[in-house]
Amino acid sequence: MRTITKVIPVIILLAFFMAMAASFDFGRPFQTAMDDYFIEHGQEQVGTNNIVTTIVFDYRGFDTLGEASVLLTAVLGVGLLFRRFSKGEEDEAAEEEDWQEVAER
Amino acid sequence: MRMSKIVTITADLLPPFILAFGLYVIAHGHLTPGGGFQGGAVTATGLLLMIVAYSYKDIAKAIRQDRFKLYESLGLIIVIGVGYIAFLYGATFFTNWLVNTPLPFGTYVPFGPNPGDLNTGGTMPLYNIFVGVEVFCGLTIVVLYMLSGLEEGEGSS
Repeated sequence: MRTITKVIPVIILLAFFMAMAASFDFGRPFQTAMDDYFIEHGQEQVGTNNIVTTIVFDYRGFDTLGEASVLLTAVLGVGLLFRRFSKGEEDEAAEEEDWQEVAER
Repeated sequence: MRMSKIVTITADLLPPFILAFGLYVIAHGHLTPGGGFQGGAVTATGLLLMIVAYSYKDIAKAIRQDRFKLYESLGLIIVIGVGYIAFLYGATFFTNWLVNTPLPFGTYVPFGPNPGDLNTGGTMPLYNIFVGVEVFCGLTIVVLYMLSGLEEGEGSS
């Protein structure tokens, strides 16, 4: 009984995805105005053969700027987490632990 | 702990080629697949191979972490600065102000297939190069920090 309850949702999901995949006509998007504009004007306006880079760095440059900022912030966070404590900070942390032990008693 | 001879010799031979390929991906970001992020990650892999193959202590001595932090920040600052230069031309932030000008990277590219010229793309090559520098230094710094934590744990146990 339990196996049936596990299998039935999987079958339903599979059938759903198969039906969706069959119903869509891949490679022929409904709206192509934007793509055609990028492909036709990308080389003249930005001067790059690589249309993907054209979109990523020029037409949607703010998105890339945000990505670069996210990377910098991530490195900053890792640096804060894994930093080596300086001498004074280590003593303070040890003192704090001692006080916590005293408080627990 | 030392890795086996196979790993060590591979790590001696491969990094120059990996670094060269990463720099190629960065420099040709506006012509071939790839770009600053991908090329930076490839370049970082070359350094990571050395870090993995040798002990952390040897590599940490050879690499100046302060420089890497400085260059990472500088990369992002220059990217933003290049975006700000567009104001001098009376355009909005992040406008491609170099394209179709007699300045470097300003050659006009007509629509259609062409062999590709490095001297094109306007500000795209600049963004690619400096984002590549940022990603390379950032990923290396992250792995160095994490390995330093790993070694402290090993030493205490």
